[in-house]
Amino acid sequence: MQLNFLDYEKPIAELEAKIDELRYMSDDNNLNIAEEIQQLKEKSAVLTKTIFSSLTPWQITQMARHPQRPYTLDYIHRFITNFEELHGDRTYADDAALVTGIGILNGRSVVIIGHQKGRDTKEKIIRNFGMPKPEGYRKALRIMKMAERFGISVLTFIDTPGAYPGIGAEERGQSEAIAKNLFEMAQLKTPIISTVIGEGGSGGALAIGVADHIMILEYSIYSVISPEGCAAILWKSIKKTSDAAATLGLTSDRLKCLGLVDQIITEPLGGAHRDIDEVAGRIKNAINNKLTELETMSVDELIERRQQRLLNYGEFEV
Amino acid sequence: MSWFEKLIPAKIRTTARSRSIPEGVWCKCSACENILYRAELERNLYVCPKCGYHQRINARIRLGSFLDQDGCVEIAANIKPIDTLKFKDSKKYKDRISQAQKNTGENDALLAIEGTLNNLPVIVVAFDFNFMGGSMGSVVGEKFVRAAQLSFKKRIPLICFTASGGARMQEGLLSLMQMAKTSAILAQLSKAGIPFISVLTDPTMGGVSASLGMLGDINIAEPKALIGFAGPRVIEQTVRETLPKSFQRSEFLLKHGAIDMIVDRRKLRNILTNLLTILQKREAV
Repeated sequence: MQLNFLDYEKPIAELEAKIDELRYMSDDNNLNIAEEIQQLKEKSAVLTKTIFSSLTPWQITQMARHPQRPYTLDYIHRFITNFEELHGDRTYADDAALVTGIGILNGRSVVIIGHQKGRDTKEKIIRNFGMPKPEGYRKALRIMKMAERFGISVLTFIDTPGAYPGIGAEERGQSEAIAKNLFEMAQLKTPIISTVIGEGGSGGALAIGVADHIMILEYSIYSVISPEGCAAILWKSIKKTSDAAATLGLTSDRLKCLGLVDQIITEPLGGAHRDIDEVAGRIKNAINNKLTELETMSVDELIERRQQRLLNYGEFEV
Repeated sequence: MSWFEKLIPAKIRTTARSRSIPEGVWCKCSACENILYRAELERNLYVCPKCGYHQRINARIRLGSFLDQDGCVEIAANIKPIDTLKFKDSKKYKDRISQAQKNTGENDALLAIEGTLNNLPVIVVAFDFNFMGGSMGSVVGEKFVRAAQLSFKKRIPLICFTASGGARMQEGLLSLMQMAKTSAILAQLSKAGIPFISVLTDPTMGGVSASLGMLGDINIAEPKALIGFAGPRVIEQTVRETLPKSFQRSEFLLKHGAIDMIVDRRKLRNILTNLLTILQKREAV
């Protein structure tokens, strides 16, 4: 796969281009410059390490939105077997921005719900850039209720800029659809594990994010508003996006410190897209361990614990 | 004293001129632009007597006129906001809080009161739009939960008047989680069979609309209130179409099935009394 580099990765990109060039040269002329290539590769790794050790929140936001970042289906294909996608909210439509289905994870049945962005222009449009409409949230709820009936655990994968701001979405009750999911997930009688794999965009993310255990990939973000939206509203200037990202506290380490996520899953050097199999393996293990733990609890204990967690959110002075 | 006033003989000089014309006797309706006598407007619960436009009102005035006069007790009044993120945009969050507290005389954007409505015991909460746009942060979430818990404990109905721009950005993800928190407590109320009535007033947007606002056993809106998830400007920029007439107004929501009814502010007391009497299977008075 040809790697795609962000602006701040430019020095790495240049080095990688050089390595590629040398490779072609050695192929063409039968020259043996393997040693030199190896040296450059090491240099590239060191450089990547340096750049990634001090990413700003805005740079992390860009990484979370990286065009090659693995999406929900990339992970499903790697660690869910016998996956069957299920479609439609039974009322209005099927929303391709939110994928739902059933499958098997390490021998246990699971229900999977996740936002899905598109890879190329055509798919992006079909997937509506990962921005669900009310029918998406209602489909998710329908599948969750089914999981509850059959006592199957629910895995959700969060990766959305937000719920879709459109005329039809408002007509069909975007607010109600999101609210209903929060209301039902708070008392769903089966374990729920949420993983933020890219962008956790506001209410559109939370609508599938009420869970017993919340995980986040190292270079993912989870925020009440996009840095762009925040800059436009509070600074009235889109130029302040980077400042907004910094002050919103949307990175995995900040959220862990604030107690808003339970677990960070580290990414390979350079981001999840550099080694998708590796990241998929880490997510699978983390989910597997947590499910084993959650499944020992009785339904009453589980719900009591979830409700207590929800009611404890908040920082104030009495 | 100006040089001109010094010229006036002391005998006819008036020093307390300003007292004879108290400020704000008259005001203008922002909808029909008629000049209104303020005392009459107040008696009319800030609904324009000429055109019926419902002005935005603050939480204390709202609950003062909604509940019976006697026996009101404020709930969780002492909870105050803190700046966990050390949030700073063009202004510090800390400064925004103190400014809003000074301007409104409230600690945060939600007021919670236990009282009676035509002698029915109720717990009522109201958002104050004047306090940072009625935005929901940790304090709003916590006060809402405490009010709901009291309602749960005493088994008396909960009524909520919303007026909010949504979640409070200055509290980051903590404020988003208040959506989950308030929805969780409403799930408990619902399970216990205690009525929750949501009264949506102008404006109710974003995270407040997409959580507690839409979760009423009965959802009511005041006439012509702006209610929705995404702001109209954001939608316009996204879809690049002109929005339909009265888009996201109460009448639009009623037509699309999102709310049960639109009720004039002056009739709210009686209609809510009736609804609660029936839901609680009490004997009608």
